[in-house]
Amino acid sequence: MIIVDIEKKLKTYTGLQVLRIKKEFTQGSITRVTGPSGAGKTTFIKMIAGLITPDKGSIITNETWFDSSRSINLTPQQRRTGFVFQDYALFPNMTVKQHLEYATNDMQWIDRLLKIGRLDTFTNHKPGHLSGGQQQRLAILRALAIKPKLLLMDEPFSALDIKTKAALITDLQKLFKELNATIIIVSHNPQELDGISNDEIDLQ
Amino acid sequence: MDLSPVWLTLKLAAITTLILLLIGLPVAWWLSKKRSIFKIVIEAIITMPLVLPPSVLGFYLLLAFSPQRGFGKWLSEVFNVQFVFSFQGLVLASVIYSMPFMISPVKSAFQQLPLSLSQASYTLGKTQWQTFWHVLLPNIKPSLLTAVVLTFAHTLGEFGVVLMIGGNIPGVTRVASIAVYDSVEQMDYASANNYSLILFAITFVMVISVFIYNKYQVKSPLE
Repeated sequence: MIIVDIEKKLKTYTGLQVLRIKKEFTQGSITRVTGPSGAGKTTFIKMIAGLITPDKGSIITNETWFDSSRSINLTPQQRRTGFVFQDYALFPNMTVKQHLEYATNDMQWIDRLLKIGRLDTFTNHKPGHLSGGQQQRLAILRALAIKPKLLLMDEPFSALDIKTKAALITDLQKLFKELNATIIIVSHNPQELDGISNDEIDLQ
Repeated sequence: MDLSPVWLTLKLAAITTLILLLIGLPVAWWLSKKRSIFKIVIEAIITMPLVLPPSVLGFYLLLAFSPQRGFGKWLSEVFNVQFVFSFQGLVLASVIYSMPFMISPVKSAFQQLPLSLSQASYTLGKTQWQTFWHVLLPNIKPSLLTAVVLTFAHTLGEFGVVLMIGGNIPGVTRVASIAVYDSVEQMDYASANNYSLILFAITFVMVISVFIYNKYQVKSPLE
């Protein structure tokens, strides 16, 4: 269970806007975060990961990650959430395999992830030599490599074709269940996660 | 021809570049992060040698490290270290004088890396140091190479600062640029020409090599 009750002032084109989110995420749930551009979807999941600090409120899992009233703010390293960045944030100097080895020493897990992501024949390729879809899959695999209990994904399927997306999602769902991970997915496409997500937040 | 000024110059440039590499990398990284007034002031001070006449810098270093007064006297009495008219003085002056050539391109390179690279590394549980070493540093290699070569080449060409703090002691502080000046003073144009040609050749080869390596995308030290 993750209990989020946070507030953050956002600068927008129309001036300051306050992002307020109060939500409980049950363990193993898959939640879709929707909303128009600039609504604060990315900011929201970055606050959970500890990459952006909320102005006030609290984030509580089995321990307190953030509590403004008690000046508690765990670092991203301490929270260890899996995070898939919208721009993938792949390391240009590392090959596909090195990305996963940077995250974990579990070679069996790495081999399994590579198969699921259909990147097992591209292990020595650097991101610059991968297609957009392959890069996106690598970003997802890297986030999963640490076996996170909470996985935050920012538009994770936007560069995938329908067939690849369907196959990947089927495999990922099995993994999510196995890890008993809570998943929060930012998506601008409301239909994209139909039948996958079982909860939703709409940031307006 | 006496080649000792050339060897001394190369030794000075190598030591200066090594020291600046060790100092410059963490400083450039620190400067590349969130801006503050304090950082702007520090960056301005680091950049000053680019615009300040070298003789001015040399003059102040001469005053600061003079064994007759203040800090220089204290260094001399307590640690038996003398920076004026010594090789270590040349190293100190060169480190200060060439600092912007190391720090500016490296800082600029760090700033151009997407913030999400560090953030991705942090979410994988990696420390700032691991992120710096495994993610940031390998991805600024071309700029780092540029900075190293520019620092080395710039140190080869120093004149005003080294003359002020080091003087012209053969084998100790008489670097190639001073040897050129000294030869001209003595109307020995042949030696002056030899030293000049050697300096020209070394710097040209270094700069052209880095341009080729970086495929014409070398950044100005002022960027």
